[in-house]
Amino acid sequence: MVSILIVSHSREIADGTKKLAEQMKQKDVEIKAVGGTAEGEIGTDPDAINTALEEINKEDGVIILADLGSAIMSVNMVMDWLDEDIKKRVVLADAPIVEGAVFAAVEAGLGNSISDILSSIESLDIIKKN
Amino acid sequence: MTEKIKDIFMKISDVIIENKKYLTELDSAIGDGDHGINMSRGFKKVKEKLSSNDYEKNSDLVKTVAMTLISTVGGAAGPLYGTAFLNVSKVIPEAEFDIDAAIEIGESAINGIQKRGKAEQGEKTMLDAIMPAVESLRESKEKNLELKDALEECKKAAEEGMKATIPMQATKGRASYLGERSKGHQDPGATSSYLIIKTIVDEINK
Repeated sequence: MVSILIVSHSREIADGTKKLAEQMKQKDVEIKAVGGTAEGEIGTDPDAINTALEEINKEDGVIILADLGSAIMSVNMVMDWLDEDIKKRVVLADAPIVEGAVFAAVEAGLGNSISDILSSIESLDIIKKN
Repeated sequence: MTEKIKDIFMKISDVIIENKKYLTELDSAIGDGDHGINMSRGFKKVKEKLSSNDYEKNSDLVKTVAMTLISTVGGAAGPLYGTAFLNVSKVIPEAEFDIDAAIEIGESAINGIQKRGKAEQGEKTMLDAIMPAVESLRESKEKNLELKDALEECKKAAEEGMKATIPMQATKGRASYLGERSKGHQDPGATSSYLIIKTIVDEINK
């Protein structure tokens, strides 16, 4: 099953998004959340992102949902450090963090492939409110 | 030469820490107001690391600076300066320092920042201080200027580049959310880049 990594500037947003997504997931979808700096302030902690990526199950791939600037930049940097064979299975989604995480959790739980999940969460349909 | 490089980074750290409030004020005007706080947190840690270790090679020392900034800055400046210094660590000479080395160092820093931030010159970012500075080094090489004079010109170009960000509209980073309202403010990233370049030049030329 595809795993999900949530990266936010805020620990509360990261944990809250994880909680929300976990309501929807099937048991075996692994979701990890990283937020804030090492001191718990607003910001990003590349070391924590790196550790989460090391620990998460990467067998069927990992989808990363990130919020703003430095979260995206830090994710890209940490992804550059991955071994080539793992790098292919880790993708930063072009999707909003909350909606993306929830939809990805549902689809991962259904056993969908990483490319199928990406094509649904990267579609504009998931942000339509009207 | 490692001692000299260590001194330069210790001095850069002091300058950034001294300018914590100034950088934060600039960032509060158009961004999220944390540039000074983040940079001084990062460079405080750099100072700690460098003063408690000895380095045999410049490359190891600069790599330590890079990894420390990546781990501790907490904002976009972490990956940006971190990747810049990581690139610099791969090209910094262990012995003789000349204008070619200065150009190579500058270009490798620019490549690192562009890899992470995907910005061009004129987007109101740190590159607006660094790119004119490196361009000036290339021009000085053409003119066969002495290294000392070339570095002074480089510092001047960085300062002009920093000031030129005032009328610019930001199209990258948090300031871009302000659109037109980002005009009229000096970019905090260009300012910290200028402070770093200025300190390097002053330390080499003193």
